[in-house]
Amino acid sequence: MYVAVKGGEQAIARSLEHLAEARRGDTAVPELTLKQIREQLRLGVARVMQEGSLYDEELASLAIRQAAGDMLEAIFLLRAYRTTLPRFGYTLPLDTSAMRVRRRVSGTFKDIPGGQVLGPTYDYTQRLLDFGATPPAAAVLADAPLASPMPRVLDLLDAEALIERIEPGSDPEPVDLTREPLMFPADRATRLQNLARGDEGFLLGMAYSTQRGYAESHPFAGEIRMGEVDVVVCPEELGFAIEIGSITLTECQMINQFHGGNGLPPQFTRGYGLCMGEGERKAMSMALVDRALRCDELAEPNYAPAQNQEFVLSHSDSVEASGFVQHLKLPHYVDFQAELSLLRTLAAQHAADSDEPLLSAVGGQQS
Amino acid sequence: MDTSPHLARPQWMSLLAQSDPADLAAAMDAFAPPADLTWLRPAQTGLYMLRGRIGGTGPQFNFGEITVTRCSVQAGDHIGHAWVRGSNTRHAELAALADAMLQDDQQQVPLRLHVIEPLRRALDRRRDEASRRAAASKVEFFTVVRGE
Repeated sequence: MYVAVKGGEQAIARSLEHLAEARRGDTAVPELTLKQIREQLRLGVARVMQEGSLYDEELASLAIRQAAGDMLEAIFLLRAYRTTLPRFGYTLPLDTSAMRVRRRVSGTFKDIPGGQVLGPTYDYTQRLLDFGATPPAAAVLADAPLASPMPRVLDLLDAEALIERIEPGSDPEPVDLTREPLMFPADRATRLQNLARGDEGFLLGMAYSTQRGYAESHPFAGEIRMGEVDVVVCPEELGFAIEIGSITLTECQMINQFHGGNGLPPQFTRGYGLCMGEGERKAMSMALVDRALRCDELAEPNYAPAQNQEFVLSHSDSVEASGFVQHLKLPHYVDFQAELSLLRTLAAQHAADSDEPLLSAVGGQQS
Repeated sequence: MDTSPHLARPQWMSLLAQSDPADLAAAMDAFAPPADLTWLRPAQTGLYMLRGRIGGTGPQFNFGEITVTRCSVQAGDHIGHAWVRGSNTRHAELAALADAMLQDDQQQVPLRLHVIEPLRRALDRRRDEASRRAAASKVEFFTVVRGE
C-alpha cells in the first residue's frame, strides 16, 4: 500500500525565508559583491568552476554567495544552471604547451630550460594566521619576461626515449559524459572527463592511498604549470578558427616508474591532471588517480581501490554523492514502518524460540 | 596570401574577443554605428565544451564547459560576427560591430588606427607585465662547492 502524505508547505516557505535571512547575516554588514568574491576568493571560485564543470568566474562567484560559502552547494548550483544554456559546440583542443606561464615547477630536474618559476603559491608561507590588515602588495617585475613558449620538462626525458610518448593517434571523438552515461570499462578520455569534474577531497584521498601503498605508484611531479591558455573555436559560420578569450589552467604531468610489461619496455609512464584556475592539489590528485586507473592497460596487479575504475568513477562526483547521502533526510516513514514491523515479528520469534528473555540477550555483551 | 602587415580577419576577431570589454567600448565610442544596422542574431549566451589532450599531446578528452556569447550584425553589405568567452552581451555586440565595420575598406583605416592597434598594444602590455611578474619569482640556485 502506498500512502501519499501532504503537508508542510507553510513550514517550507518559512524555512526558505529563514535561510535567506541566515544567508545574508547581519544587514548592518555590507553584502559581498561578486567582484569581491572573484578577486579575493579566486581559489574557491576556481574550485566551483572546475567541479561545477563550467568556466565562468561571475557565475561561480554568484553561486558561492548564494550557497553562503558551501562549495559543494555552489557546485550543484552551477551544474544546474548549465543545463539551461544551449550548447554551441566543442572547442579545439587546448594547447597547454603555448600556455602563458605564471608558475612552473618540476620535482624531477633542478635546472630546466625556462627555469623554476614559483608564481603565486602558498607553498612557502609559514601557515601562521596574519591578524593585521592585508597591506596592498605590489609584486616586483623582472626586467625580461619568461621564455615563450615555455618548453615542456618531459621533453627532456623524451629525447632519451625513457618516457612514454602520448600521441593523438587517430584522434578519436571522445565520449561526452554530459550527453552519454558512464559505461564500463571506460577509456582514458572518459575517465579524465569524470576525474576533471570529480570532487577534490575524494580524489585527494584516492591519490594519497596510492602513495601509501594501495597501488604500485612511485610518482614524481615531472612538471606543474599554471597560466593562461587561449580558447579557440571554429564556428561553421566562419569556416576558420578564432580565439574567443583566455582561461587560467593548471596542468600536472606526473611521471611514474614502470618495470615494463604488456609488451612495453621499462620506462617512465605518465599520469595527467588538468584543472581550471589555480588548482594544483586537484591537478596532482587527478594525475595520480589517472595513472592508477591505467593498471589494466599496463598489466599491473589490480587490487587497490584507486585502481578500480568502477569504484573511483562511480563515487567521484560530489553532486551525485551528496544527493544520495542527503536524500536520507527526506521522509522514509513508510519504508521505516515496514522495517519496524518486520523487526518486531523477528524479535517476537526470537523470544519464543529461546529460553532467555529478549532484553538480557541484547544487553548481554555490555555487562 | 595576406601580405599586408596588418592583422587579417581571424586575428582581429581574436583580438576583439581577447580585449578588455571596457577598453573596447572606450575605443569604439569614437565611431558612430552605421545607420543601416540589422542585428541578425542578437547576443546569445551558450556553452562550448572545452577539449583537452591526454598528457597535453595525446587524444582529446572533454574537459568541462565554458560560457560563450555570440552575436551577428549586418552593417551595409558586411556581416560581422563575434564569439567571446563569458556572458558579457555588450562585449559580443561591440566585437561583432567592429568586425562588420573592419570589412569596409573606408572604415578599416581609422578603425585599425584607433581601435585595433591600441587594443593590441594594451593586450601585449598586460601579457608582458604578467610574464615579468612571474619571471621575478624564478629560482636562482646556488651550488655550494665543497673541497678543492
